[in-house]
Amino acid sequence: MTKSELIETLAQGQQTQLAYKDVELAVKSILEQMTQALANGERIEIRGFGSFSLHYRPPRVGRNPKTGEPVELPAKHVPHFKPGKELRERVDSSKETVRIQSGT
Amino acid sequence: MALTKAELVEGLFDELGLNKREAKELVESFFEEIRRSLENGEQVKISGFGNFDLRDKTQRPGRNPKTGEEIPICARRVVTFRAGQKLKARVATYVGTGEQ
Repeated sequence: MTKSELIETLAQGQQTQLAYKDVELAVKSILEQMTQALANGERIEIRGFGSFSLHYRPPRVGRNPKTGEPVELPAKHVPHFKPGKELRERVDSSKETVRIQSGT
Repeated sequence: MALTKAELVEGLFDELGLNKREAKELVESFFEEIRRSLENGEQVKISGFGNFDLRDKTQRPGRNPKTGEEIPICARRVVTFRAGQKLKARVATYVGTGEQ
């Protein structure tokens, strides 16, 4: 499922009476709020879905793969996702009945 | 302080003027549709944000860290998240107080 398919599905949902365009804006807003929170170093906690946080990566010396020259890489943060209980359980219990579809 | 569904709802209300009921339903369905797709064995690709992928893990030997007792960890299906380039770039520059 891609972002546009997700928007499509949400717009077709029986409960939401919002136009496709409004759903599209809403999805973009949700993703931007989530990105901004992480960019501010804030965690995201969605019960039953999971939590997003930042993990610290210390500075290191890497190498230019072409020239082999050492390159100093500064410290950075990377996003990390930990699935919540409901997501973990639902996905795990589907393993006997559905195959993982490769590619979309 | 963490971002929660309540704040996402508030954000949709402030930014887009959705009423609270619509906003709440939308935030709820947003996460539910992602769960449903994953539960159906289908990965979720949110461009600019990241991909939620599925992996089947085989059984492996494990240990109770307290007692040292050996217990096998059974085969399971798990969700992994791979952040997209744009999200990675936005958080890389965060200068925080070390670990969260």
